Order: sequence, then structure tokens, then C-alpha cells
Amino acid sequence: MPRITVKVDGISYEEDVEPRMLLVHFLRDRLGKTGTPIGCDTSNCGSCTVLMDGKSVKSCSVLAVQADESEIVTIEGLSSDGNWHPMQRAFHEEHALQCGYCTPGMILAAIDLLKDDPDPSDDAIRQGLEGNLCRCTGYCNIVRAVRRGAGEMGVTTR
Amino acid sequence: MTDTMSEVGRARRRKEDARLVTGRTQWTDNIQLPGMLHVAFLRSPMAHARITRVDVSAARGRPGVVAVFGGADFAAEQGSLPCAWPVTEDVVIPDHPPMAVSEVRYVGEAVACVVATDRYKAADALDAIEIDYEPLEPVLDMTEALAEGSPTVHESGNKAFTWKFAQGDIGEAFRDAPVVIDRTFVQQRLIPSAMEPRAVVAQTDGDRFTLHSATQIPHILRVMLALTTGIPEHRLRVIAPDVGGGFGSKLQVTAEEVLCLLITRRLGRPVKWTESRSEGNLTVHHGRDQLQRISVAAERDGRIRGVKVDLLADMGAYLMLVTPGVPLLGAFMYNGIYKMDAYDFTCTGVFTTKMPTDAYRGAGRPEATYAIERAMDELAVEVGLDPMEVRRRNWIKHSEFPYTTIAGLTYDSGNYEAATDRALALFGYDKLRAEQADRRDRRDPVQLGIGISTYTEMCGLAPSRVLGSLSYGAGGWEHAEVRMLPTGTVEVVTGTSPHGQGHVTAWSQIVADALGVPFEDVSVIHGDTASSHKGMDTYGSRSLAVGGIALVQACEKVREKARQVAAHLMEASADDVEFSDGRFRVRGTTTERTIQEIALATFAAHDLPEGFEPRLDAQATFDPDNFSFPHGTHLCAVEVDTETGATTIRSYVAVDDVGKVVNPLIVEGQVHGGIAQGIAQALFEEAVYDAEGNLLTTTMADYLLPSAADLPDFVTDRTETPATTNPLGVKGAGEAGTIAATPAVVNAIVDALRPYGVRDVRMPCTPERVWRTLQNRALQNRALQNRALQNRALRNEEGASA
Repeated sequence: MPRITVKVDGISYEEDVEPRMLLVHFLRDRLGKTGTPIGCDTSNCGSCTVLMDGKSVKSCSVLAVQADESEIVTIEGLSSDGNWHPMQRAFHEEHALQCGYCTPGMILAAIDLLKDDPDPSDDAIRQGLEGNLCRCTGYCNIVRAVRRGAGEMGVTTR
Repeated sequence: MTDTMSEVGRARRRKEDARLVTGRTQWTDNIQLPGMLHVAFLRSPMAHARITRVDVSAARGRPGVVAVFGGADFAAEQGSLPCAWPVTEDVVIPDHPPMAVSEVRYVGEAVACVVATDRYKAADALDAIEIDYEPLEPVLDMTEALAEGSPTVHESGNKAFTWKFAQGDIGEAFRDAPVVIDRTFVQQRLIPSAMEPRAVVAQTDGDRFTLHSATQIPHILRVMLALTTGIPEHRLRVIAPDVGGGFGSKLQVTAEEVLCLLITRRLGRPVKWTESRSEGNLTVHHGRDQLQRISVAAERDGRIRGVKVDLLADMGAYLMLVTPGVPLLGAFMYNGIYKMDAYDFTCTGVFTTKMPTDAYRGAGRPEATYAIERAMDELAVEVGLDPMEVRRRNWIKHSEFPYTTIAGLTYDSGNYEAATDRALALFGYDKLRAEQADRRDRRDPVQLGIGISTYTEMCGLAPSRVLGSLSYGAGGWEHAEVRMLPTGTVEVVTGTSPHGQGHVTAWSQIVADALGVPFEDVSVIHGDTASSHKGMDTYGSRSLAVGGIALVQACEKVREKARQVAAHLMEASADDVEFSDGRFRVRGTTTERTIQEIALATFAAHDLPEGFEPRLDAQATFDPDNFSFPHGTHLCAVEVDTETGATTIRSYVAVDDVGKVVNPLIVEGQVHGGIAQGIAQALFEEAVYDAEGNLLTTTMADYLLPSAADLPDFVTDRTETPATTNPLGVKGAGEAGTIAATPAVVNAIVDALRPYGVRDVRMPCTPERVWRTLQNRALQNRALQNRALQNRALRNEEGASA
């Protein structure tokens, strides 16, 4: 069984994994990082989105072995010193979640989106989050939250 | 309490969010227990077949496999999955074994299962199970299913029931009616698609059983599982932890819940099953799937005389929890907001070899609203009126409330004029009509269409006596408990079971007002039959309109108890003690005690009124007298490209009246999400079976759920006409958007295509379907022209020869 070394939310792990094991199962079942949920089996829904070396990936479409030597950030590792990431705050403020199942993926995809386009239009936000499905909100408040998050992140990085 | 202090009405950010945005969630699939085993199900690849052989021996030897079971292994103990709604005396409720034993009746039905040490090994071993099938004819089309000589799903035939309802003289209404609209609409089959797949964890210590399930109905589930499995109710605990959406799909007693309990009972080890999305699309109950014939008799001026509805409802292969009742929830809604003298409704439930249908957001009411709102647009065209004008001429006026409709419901309140006026203003109706006329004149290939939906719905399910009269197996009350704790904070136990609706926040606001405690000082317990012993759970826009009232009543009881203690401590008569802002004050004095002081004094119990039980808690169970009737006006503008068939929503305005609002943020969110699902039915979604009965839309790649890029921003607003039938004045908001949006969108598309002779487009109105409709129309138009030319030529010839 291959051995992988991977850093998840700031902690290093060295684990033997079956070659076929999905990254999302590795995170959830092996490491107990259950903040990252699974919503489908065809990489359509984006619920399992995490950041891998800073880029958003659907962790159901990545094998754990492919994550060898990489750094993963999940929703659980986004806060620092108990302070929420601006995007987490924005989702809360704008009521951009209801059941919350898509929320971890939505937040991480939004953060990645802003790396390419720090001040996106509403249309760009909608296009950019096309790979993340939400069944509760109708997306209006998610768009508002990403816009708010972008504003706050712009202020903090400026 | 003054308005400025009121929590009810404030856009409080939700308490639920903290764990949801940080990933500290408790989804059922997160649960890991020592020694836990994983279950994987083998499912029928055939729509209809006899099972002739099951051989699980090879699978038993696979690595990590602890047990393998076929249907025969459970036959003696698995019982039949329950149907709680026998709608007629002669309804056919076929035996529904959780695991098929001798016959399968839809693709996806469980036929065997593997129990193994991890989910991969369980799935691997499914390959080693051998099952032989003898194919039987699938039954897929409802009309054909009812025809003589059709193959049958069950021995008793394909008809489950026929349910009739009539008021007024429908024959008279249609006799010599100046205008008759007669249309057949297809309510396509939908897949509810909550984002969290179903998951079940079952465990036992040999005596007591605990079932975690991603369910909307932990309380109902416990009763039903006790009845189905024989595990006594008092030894069965059901927990709905964090549940990721439901929309009716988790209002069910599922085969997998029963089987996981049986497996844990047999093996004595905890077991977990989590479905894959493909498995879920096959086997989570589907929604809608009705063939609706609606006839409207009207006067030349557009006034309706009567409405006649003939419905075929696809039950699928079995009757599940409320399968046959879903179309009946629409039976009282086909008259919509309109006045008429006669109404006639007939529904026939039909078995097919497909996944059973059951509740999906709105459950019966979206279907009814779709049919009447589509028909109103057709009526408007027929009598040459603006579609809003024909509605105005028929709807119940604000001055006429309370109003008993032709379907026998008493609408307590409503103001259709106000909601409509507001919607028209926000939408810019007249300007859009002008643009539409201009595009029509210019023969613009991109046509503009305007769709209207003036809907109402019955919410707050439901008065128990009404459910009884409709043969439903339970009541519609709701329960709440409120406990003041010694330190002055408040613990609320609710029988509702939220899965995204924000009850913890909204209930905190209600209690904060009722007891005068800070919003932060209220916590809410739900979803566990051990801590919330009594409830009817969450569906049918009932939680606030029924559960919220139980909560108010429990708070009143607590307050009155506290008043007794306060009066005693302040040496006053209880009648002289006023309560406001969390303080009891002796009238006309400055002597006062806070409710928190009373809580501590009650806990200490050193000095209480004679005979006073030392407790500051209370329970209340509320059974509503009537439904509540939210309403509103939704307007949709679409651009339809007549060359490609593509529809783009240009603007969408919704003005809803859900009565008093506890939290406007939550209401707006519910409306947004509802509209999205309503639009999705109009434009995108359909569960498609092929000619052999295979579901083709098993993945999210095939079943098109809208993404952010597929939907516009919605303009939403509210009017507020309080319900008069409950002390909060609330009506319910969970289903309104879904009910209203679908006809608004399709009316807009048909409106855009009227100049081309189009009178209907079957849902979902995909570009291909719109394009084909236009092509067929063009062919028909050409054929008509040709015939006219031929006739003229013929006449000319005849003239010449004469």
C-alpha cells in the first residue's frame, strides 16, 4: 500500500492508503475531517471542495495518493485563532446557507474564485461557482455573500 | 413589550450557522462507532422481474465481509413498508417488503446486501452476488396501464384508487357555457435532490435500539419503525442529527432504515449505510408525475362558472408513507384564489414499475396551482383580456374575507390586490408589455414573454380532524416544551425537526419576546426522540404555523407560573402583577422581580406559594383549527430565442404574503430557494425512464439541477396580511416559492410564443422542446395554409366547371 505524506489544516500526516482511496474518504474516514461532506459521485455538486496547494479541487475527484506531498485546507482549517475567515463571516451575514451541506465547498470555491478575480461581477460569481450546487438558497444570497467576502478580503489584503 | 424591543420581526443572523460554516457538523455519515460495519445494497437492474435464484455464497468469502443477506433472509421479520394514508376504503396497498423476495417492480429496488468492515469492501463484494431474474413486462405509461389487457404491476391490477370530490352543479356550470377551456398538462416526474444523501446508522445493546437517520421525521419514523419491525416503541430511539435538506424526500420510512435495524439486531454490531447520489436518484422517492386534465367553464367576460379536474397520478410501484395523499393535497387548491359556483375533482392513482412518488416541496399544491394558473392564461386569451385582468375579475376581494371557497376551505385572510399592485410596480408590467408589442411588430427572433402566477396555498398541516376526514393515519398537532433553568437561561424542546429552516434562531426570537429574556439565552433541542419525546416533525410549511404556536402557548404557561411566584415573593396578588420586558412589577409600584430571579427562586424552592410545584417549565400541544393560506403574485419575464429555443429569464418579481414574519432573512431565503426549485421544474428537471423502465437520469450530470449560472437574481418583497387563526398571525413560507414559480415561468414562455400559434410547452421547457414545439406549430400552420389554398383552388375549379 502506498504511503503518503500530506498536510491537512496545518497538521502533517503520514498514512498508508489503498491506491484507489478517494481524497474525500481519506479526509473523512481516516482523518475524521468530517467538515468536508460528499454530495454526489460524479463530481457535479462540489460539496467536497477543498483547497489543495491553494487551488480548489473536488476531493471526490482526487485520489489520496495524488495528494501526496501536498497541503490541504478544508473548511475546518479556515478559521485562525478562532476568528472566522471573511468568507465564512460573509456567508453568515448574508444568510447564504440554509441546510449548510454545500456551504464548505461553496466557501472554499469562492475563496479560490477571488484569487483569479478579486472583484468579480455578479455574473462572474455565478459563472465561477457553476461547479457547486446548492438546493436551498436559490443562490441570490450566495452571490451577495461572495461579493461581501470579496470586499472584506480586499480591505484586509490591501 | 414595545415594538422597538421586539425580537420577532428582526433579521437575526442564524445561530445554526456557526457550526455549518466551520465544518463542525453532525451529518449522519460522520458517525463512527467502535466495531461499526458498513452496508452496501445490491439493487435490481430490472424494472419488473421475478427473482428465480439468489446465491450470495461467493460474496460471503470476500475480504472484510461479515454477512451477506438476500430478501429471503429477512422475509419472516421485515414486514411491509407503511403507507399511512389509505385515501379510500378500497385503495389497493400492495405488500412492500423492504428487500424484494420474489419479485422486483422498479429499477433500484434492494435485492441483497453486503455487510463488511469498510464501505469499499462492502461495495466490492456486491459483484460476487448472483441473482437470476425472469423478466416481466414493465408498466411505464399511466394511460396504457389503465387500458384493458395491460401488463400489471401487482396482481390486483394497476389502479390504486379513484378519489372524487364535487361541490356545486358542475353539469350546470358547463351547460351552454360561452367559453370552455380544456387542457391537459403534464407534471413531469422530479427528483427532490436534497444535497445531503440519505444515511443511516443503527446500533443496539441487545435491549435498546438507536437509529440515526438523515430524516425530516424522527418522531413519525419511530412510531412507524416500531409498527414495522416489532421493536417496541419505548426501546427505540430515533435521532435526526444535522440533516442536509429534505424538501419532502426525507419525509419517508425507507427500506434502508428498516433493514439497517434488522441487520444490527441480527449481528449485534453497529451498522452504517450511506447512499451514493446515483443510488439516491434511483431510490429516494420521486415527486409530481401527474397527468392533469383541467376544464374551465366561463362567461364571455372571463368570469369562471366552474372547474373540472381529472387527474392521473403515478404512484410508482408501491404506496409509500403518503404517496396516495399527495395529489389529494392539491384537490382543494385547483380553484386557487378564484370564485366559482361548481368544482369537480377526480383523481386516479396508477401503479407503474417506477420508483414510488411521494411528497416533494409543495406536494400536490404546486401541481394544482400550475394547472389553474396555466388555465387562467388560456382563458384570458380566449376572452381577449389581459391575463391579470381575468384574474382580477375572478379572485376573492380583500373585503370578502373570510371566504369559504368552492372546495370548502375557509380562507381566513388575504389581500390579493395589494400583493399584485406591489408586484406590478416592481416589475414594470406596462413597460414590458409595450416592449413585447414592439418585438412582436418587428418579428424579433427573440421574443419577450410575461408570465403571471397569483397563487395561494394551504399551509400549517394540519387540523387533525381534517386529516381524519381524509383518512390520514395521524394527527397534525405540534408540541413544545419550555424550561426556565436555574441560572435564568431557557431551554426549548420542539417537536419540529429542522433541516435547514433555521428553527433554532426563529424559536429563540419567539421565546425571547414571550419571556423577556435575551435572544442569546435561549437554546433549542430537537430531532432526538429521547430528548424531544413528542412531535409531528417538519413538512407542509407547518413548523412555525403549528409548532410556533405550541411554543407560544408553552411560554404563556411558564410566564403564568412565574407570575404566581413573583406575586408571592412581592407579597401581592397575582392579578396586580404586570409582566413586561422580562420583569414582573406590582402595578403602580416600583417593586419588581426579573424572570431570572423567579427562575432561581423556583429552583431553590425555599419560599414558594402554598402547593406550588417547584418547576418553571411547561409543555403545550397545539392542534390548529384551520390551515393557513399564504398567497402572492409572482411575475416572470423571459426572452425566448425562437431560432434556438433557448429561454432566458430576464426578470423575476415575487411579492408574497406569508402573514406576520418572525425573521425576514429566513423568509426571504425560503422564498429564494422555493423559486429556484419552481423554475427548475419549468426549465430543467425531469426524471426520465426509458422504454425498458431504466432510469436515465441517475446522476447530477443527467438530472439537471440549476447552478448559480442558470438562475437570475430574484426581486422579492412582501405584503403582510396577518393570519387570523393563530396568535402569531403567521402563515408559513417554505413552499410558496416552489408553488408559484413554475406556472409563472411557463406562462411567460407560452406568452412569448403566442404569435406563433403555440398554446402550450411541455415541461421542462428545454431549448430542444421549445424549438420542436415551434417547428411543429410551423408545420401545422403550413399545412393549414396549404389546405386553404387547395380549398380555394377546388372552389375555383368548381366555379369554372359550373
